[in-house]
Amino acid sequence: MLQSLCKFHRRFAGALLPFAARPLALEALSSSAHVQRANYGSATAERRKFYQDVSISQGEGGLFEINLDRRKLKTPGGKLFTVPNEALAIAVATEWDAQKDTLKFYTMHLTTLCNTALDNPTQRNKEQMISAALKFLETDTICYRVEDPPGLVELQKNEWDPVMDWIEKRYNVVIGSSSSIMGPQIPEETKETFRQHLSSYNLWSLTGLEYVISQLKSLILSFGLIDRHLTVEHAVLLSRLEEEYQIQRWGNVEWAHDYDMYELRSRTAAGALFVHLSSESSTVKKKLLQD
Amino acid sequence: MAALSSPLRICRGILKELRYLKGPEYKGTMMYSYVMEQLRKNQVTSERHCRAQKEAVHASHTYLCLLESTRRHLELHNQYHGKGERPPEEVARLVGLRLPTQPGGKGWEE
Repeated sequence: MLQSLCKFHRRFAGALLPFAARPLALEALSSSAHVQRANYGSATAERRKFYQDVSISQGEGGLFEINLDRRKLKTPGGKLFTVPNEALAIAVATEWDAQKDTLKFYTMHLTTLCNTALDNPTQRNKEQMISAALKFLETDTICYRVEDPPGLVELQKNEWDPVMDWIEKRYNVVIGSSSSIMGPQIPEETKETFRQHLSSYNLWSLTGLEYVISQLKSLILSFGLIDRHLTVEHAVLLSRLEEEYQIQRWGNVEWAHDYDMYELRSRTAAGALFVHLSSESSTVKKKLLQD
Repeated sequence: MAALSSPLRICRGILKELRYLKGPEYKGTMMYSYVMEQLRKNQVTSERHCRAQKEAVHASHTYLCLLESTRRHLELHNQYHGKGERPPEEVARLVGLRLPTQPGGKGWEE
């Protein structure tokens, strides 16, 4: 119990803060006088709700803004919070509207993704983001197979192979799978094809896509989800296949397995939705013009 | 791929989640109007293999999954992780055990 709680705290703290700043920032977190810029708490600390009404408005350049009572929402970096289309603005506004007495930032995934895209805290450009996403292909979850136990071998074959076949056909590439610790040899042409495909995304979609990839630990499953070949539930199931197998065998523990699964699902869903909404601003506009 | 349910069912699911979030006044929210508007628009233009409609169904399914999973995750978080340390009695109870009791007290109670 205690161990799992500690693990939980460690994981959240680790996700929030860069490695070098961790001990120092943890100290700051535990002291109550910790003040954040632009009214954001840290993602684990909760802040009192300070507004009643949430609305959206269209500002300069057709970008949508979020208003909390009469104040405009800002990013943690202090920029004005703007999103490219109405659907995303409404979804973000709903997240703020849904908060009860305290603001639980760890449930507001779309807001978090918008903040990341707006502030770009890691200061990376498109090429660096694409390289980071492609790096996952070398250690892609569904490329690494087990040789034992036979039940899991069978399960991986039956569940993962169809997705592998789909992506190889869809992008006309060779990936393959392997049970060796070195993984399969992925040809350069494959990486080049994916690099070209990824460069057609804008910075916002790439932010979302990288988030999905790092959640599912798989570029292949992420493409399956973004290309609408898989649903979120199915992609998460495939990503957690070994865990699901062990659950079948040893039993389910709600506060660990279900907890992780729902968290992974909500993060993955937020990422996928973010990619779709931020790459389709033109189609949304067209629909608005029709009537 | 797991079959997507019908647009109507997804919509109903989203509205149900909105009601969880906002209570009875969920019909006044922006998301409610947006969902209803989208449903109406996509019904008018629906065709058997309309790509735009397929995209809309997938996106709404994803949104439903987001709302539902976030709610369930928060419930589990509040139940198991949101309270800090537990007293020994409760930890024992979680795994189906009870701490031993001493009939007549342990001697140091006031």
